[in-house]
Amino acid sequence: MSEYFLLFMGAAIVNNFVLTRYLGLCIFFGVSKNYHASTSMGLAIISIITLSSMITWVIEHFILLPLGLYFLKTIVFVVVIAVFVQLLEMVIKKFMPTLYNVWGIYLLLVATNCVILGVPLINSEANFTFIKSVVNALGSGTGFAIALILFASLREKLQFSDVPKSLEGLPIAFILAGMLALAFQGFSGMIPL
Amino acid sequence: MNLWKEFTKGLIAENPIFRLALSLCPALAVTSNVYNALGMGLTVMFVITLNNMSVSFFRNVIHPKVRVPVYIISIATIVTVAMLTLEAFLPVLYKELGIYLSLVVVFAIILARAEVFAAKNKVIPSMIDGLGMGLGFTLGMVTIGAVREIIGNGSFLGYQVLGGWYHPPLIIILAPGGFIVIGFIIGLMNLNEKRKKDKSEKAEITAGGTI
Repeated sequence: MSEYFLLFMGAAIVNNFVLTRYLGLCIFFGVSKNYHASTSMGLAIISIITLSSMITWVIEHFILLPLGLYFLKTIVFVVVIAVFVQLLEMVIKKFMPTLYNVWGIYLLLVATNCVILGVPLINSEANFTFIKSVVNALGSGTGFAIALILFASLREKLQFSDVPKSLEGLPIAFILAGMLALAFQGFSGMIPL
Repeated sequence: MNLWKEFTKGLIAENPIFRLALSLCPALAVTSNVYNALGMGLTVMFVITLNNMSVSFFRNVIHPKVRVPVYIISIATIVTVAMLTLEAFLPVLYKELGIYLSLVVVFAIILARAEVFAAKNKVIPSMIDGLGMGLGFTLGMVTIGAVREIIGNGSFLGYQVLGGWYHPPLIIILAPGGFIVIGFIIGLMNLNEKRKKDKSEKAEITAGGTI
């Protein structure tokens, strides 16, 4: 049990996806202007990451490895995830319209994103078991959501501060993200992978 | 003449990293030294050029409704070729780039060029566009890599350029440094642009005054 807990905390905090591995930056900078949008996005990411790493694990271990098609991993993963997200979007649109109104657009945004593809690739590189893959995905998703929500709250404060003209907008956001990453550096090495 | 314009627009005016803020993940992840940055840049240039050519070649056959999945499969195939080639000939670089190499598949810039340019233009202009954008991307990567390696390690391409008196701040090579360096580079580019604009405005005013 403690092994899974360590794996979860390691993926969520110590090896935070955005701040130490630099994945999913497009979303990180794109959606973080607004606090509410960032919480919905965080939840969408957690669920899609978990579901897609389950699917890719099954495909990898029951189709790719037995047939010796391991070198096609990247192509298969990308296509499977894109198709899966599209399907999920259709299902939610049909059966849960209220949820779709809040989430719909984010689902499509994450369809082909480095985070969603990154976790399955990391799982397969590390040769995780099914449960470990799921725990790792949950942890990574939670870490991403934490970073996104923290960053969105910081950026809302930033609107009232006096920033040098040439650093306005994207540049100051980068520097701010650097400061946040600096804070997360404090956790480094706490849980060895 | 027109082709030359397609080539040069990607270098500065529409630089993928600094201007369009696309494909930031690799720009931060593999730029802690110049060699890795260059390797990643050239890989992306290869993928973007070939993908632009293939998308442009088949542009009349692809149904608009399924175009995005088709582009993704095309990109993924080319990336797989690039990965296998790198693994065979440059295994050290392949290991260093690691997972980011497979993630080239989802780089926004490659899909964006296919959608914005290659789907509407002939093969040769698309190839030129891909080369220019790829070169612009490589340039951006190498710039960030050079700044980080020189400040953070006192070296360039592995050769020590700053003497023993220099104590490099390690933070620039670690994760936070990447964010901060890229923030300041974009800030400097903004400053430069503003200065140019002010100058041309001033020139116009004085010119108007003499007449």
